[in-house]
Amino acid sequence: MVAKKKERGASEPTPEELVRYYREMLLVRRFEEKAGQLYGMGLINGFCHLYIGQEAVVVGMQAAAGPTDSCITSYRDHGHMLVCGMDPKGVMAELTGRFGGYSHGKGGSMHMFSREKRFYGGHGIVGAQVPLGTGLGFAHKYTKDNGVAHVYCGDGAVNQGQVYESFNMASLWKLPVVFVIENNKYAMGTSSVRHAAGQELYKRGAAYGIPGEAVDGMSVIAVHAAAVRALEHARSGQGPYILEMMTYRYRGHSMSDPAKYRSKEEVTKMREQHDPIDHLKEKLLADGLLDDAGLKEVDRAVKAVVTEAAEFAQASPEPDPSELWTDVLIEA
Amino acid sequence: MPIQILMPALSPTMTEGKLAKWLKAEGDAVKSGDVLAEIETDKATMELESIEDGVMGKIVVAAGTEGVAVNAVIAVLLGEGEDASALSAAAPITATPAPVAVAPAAAAPAAVPLPPAAPDEKVYASFKRQTVREALRDAMAEEMRADPSVFLLGEEVAQYQGAYKVSQGLLEEFGADRVIDTPITEMGFAGLACGAGYAGLRPIVEFMTMNFSMQAIDHVINSAAKTLYMSGGQQPCSIVFRGPNGAASRVGAQHSQDYASWYAHCPGLKVLAPWSAADAKGLLKAAIRDPNPVVFLENELLYGSTFDVPDDPDFIVPIGKAKIERAGAHVTITAYSRMVQVALDAAEILKAEGIEAEVINLRSIRPLDINTIVASVKKTNRIVSLEEGWPVAGIGSEIAAVMMEHAFDWLDAPVVRVCGADVPMPYAANLEKLALPQIEHVVEAARAVCYRR
Ligand SMILES: Cc1ncc(C[n+]2csc(CCOP(=O)(O)OP(=O)(O)O)c2C)c(N)n1
Ligand SMILES: [Mg+2]
Repeated sequence: MVAKKKERGASEPTPEELVRYYREMLLVRRFEEKAGQLYGMGLINGFCHLYIGQEAVVVGMQAAAGPTDSCITSYRDHGHMLVCGMDPKGVMAELTGRFGGYSHGKGGSMHMFSREKRFYGGHGIVGAQVPLGTGLGFAHKYTKDNGVAHVYCGDGAVNQGQVYESFNMASLWKLPVVFVIENNKYAMGTSSVRHAAGQELYKRGAAYGIPGEAVDGMSVIAVHAAAVRALEHARSGQGPYILEMMTYRYRGHSMSDPAKYRSKEEVTKMREQHDPIDHLKEKLLADGLLDDAGLKEVDRAVKAVVTEAAEFAQASPEPDPSELWTDVLIEA
Repeated sequence: MPIQILMPALSPTMTEGKLAKWLKAEGDAVKSGDVLAEIETDKATMELESIEDGVMGKIVVAAGTEGVAVNAVIAVLLGEGEDASALSAAAPITATPAPVAVAPAAAAPAAVPLPPAAPDEKVYASFKRQTVREALRDAMAEEMRADPSVFLLGEEVAQYQGAYKVSQGLLEEFGADRVIDTPITEMGFAGLACGAGYAGLRPIVEFMTMNFSMQAIDHVINSAAKTLYMSGGQQPCSIVFRGPNGAASRVGAQHSQDYASWYAHCPGLKVLAPWSAADAKGLLKAAIRDPNPVVFLENELLYGSTFDVPDDPDFIVPIGKAKIERAGAHVTITAYSRMVQVALDAAEILKAEGIEAEVINLRSIRPLDINTIVASVKKTNRIVSLEEGWPVAGIGSEIAAVMMEHAFDWLDAPVVRVCGADVPMPYAANLEKLALPQIEHVVEAARAVCYRR
């Protein structure tokens, strides 16, 4: 299952689009659950940061993306890759460190790229993707390809100095960049009230003249509407835009984080009352866009994709030892 | 079909753990996301969530059990419409081990093979006199004319014409879209340039001096050098990071550092350090055309020096090729950047004493032209490494190791390193001079390896 790009500009999602958002969010959720399970089985190791709870953000953003737009994010990147249209088999096989992975097993969970899908990583240094993504925006402007760079970062990352260096240059040079702050309330174990002076992160571009808004990141419809506004602003040559997505991660920061810094009630409340997938499901049922059988069918199809990815990720061989020495430099 | 629930690995290092507590009893309904059990790992207590809907069919490992191995079956979940009679049919979930790859052969300790030799340089017929500054400017201008994806950015590169006037005239010729004055924001513009490089442009990043590249070193190494590898060859980044490197004159500790060994340490980078104007022009053109990230170390004190530069539109210097600036039979001296002149001056003094020194201008620090150095030492049987940088883990340390690996049997004396003093650069004129390698240090070192004290 591959996410399709929608023509930009349209604001109200059609019934078919709503069903697609549901399918994409569910794909990310099931994929991440499967990754968690494979981690538990020792098939995935090291750092593995799951996106569960935040699915509406990237699905809503990509739904508004133009055909030449680019995307870059941090290490919490599996959802972005899937929704950019990358093959779940290649993503999962990278998680298991196999040759069939996007980086032939040499990148891992945090480092995958697809120039074909204009996905530029997967970066492990908190905040580094922000100037890199600003550079993607620079290239959109330089080549006049009408694209906008979607640059994602966490609430913790916006305290990094290089983020402000990027805001300054992006605004100074009117670069087509939308900065998407995924505020999931925590930077590892540090809650945003403990790490950020001022909780309104969307205002952090104000001094640079960058408009910003806070968005209900648990509602794919709200995310999509904000994305349309922000992308239109950036694409029309008015410079960058900041969207602060108010969201939540259900799991620990990475697989080995027991997440003892927040209460069980807090997590339960988010899952039960604000889950982006449940919300859309209710809407689909209420509006008569899908019935129970239709939902089951989506569920079944998504599970099949994820199962196939997991099987591929286990069957694919480890990279040949000779791969150790390849891809260090391009032979000139 | 019933689903087996396995003891999960909950941290990168966990091999077994304690099943502390069950939160679901047999017969309880389970929704995906429900916590089934609490598990104590070597680090913390973690919750095990169900990723399926169903009914808890059977608890296999009782609460309180210690030392439960990762991947052992701890419970069985029944699916919709299944009853306990299905339990015996529970499908084993097994982790398929990766097909075994062949272990690499152990490298023999002796006889490290020489790398392939770098291509030979062309011989040119006509020359013109140019300063290093002009040569660098011409290299950029020619490459920018040839390829519209090449652009220059940095502090003061456009309107001011370069803090050291290296980019003179470029703004006028190429316009503000391609010659870009940045704010003082090294980490930001280095990162931005890497991103533009990912997207297929070919940025030249000028650091006002390489000292300020330390602000941006994360992008030089993590974002530029490692990406091709991390992407399994999918994501290249063709980019040049250039600027004056090493000591200038009386600018103190923070503005007088040689970064050759810092960058040369890193796979995925090429590191060049030209001396003459011909080196500067030919190597910078090669660097801009190269599909990889290149760190290009210039020297402020050389910008105004004049040399012969081949007058040929196809002139280029291949990366990885050292140049023998002076042939000699008795001792090899390696140097790069400004130290090449120091080595040549030392060679003149040595000549008067009957010692003929062979001076090798390394030009390329990574890849190092090991073949040229080894061939020279096979002739001279002695080597002195000269550099402006600090001694510890420096370029001389590398050359000493290369001699162990490739020329041990040809050496008649231990390798001697002449380096900058192992101190931050002092400001006082006399101390600064003492901190930098001088001609007499090189002369002494050469005498020592020739046993002529
Ligand atoms: C420069 C740097 N410092 C520290 C880390 C370790 N680290 C990894 S993720 C993280 C927290 C980031 O939180 P946030 O930006 O909110 O993103 P989230 O994980 O919530 O998506 C930290 C401190 C790092 N990877 N890079
Ligand atoms: Mg966060």
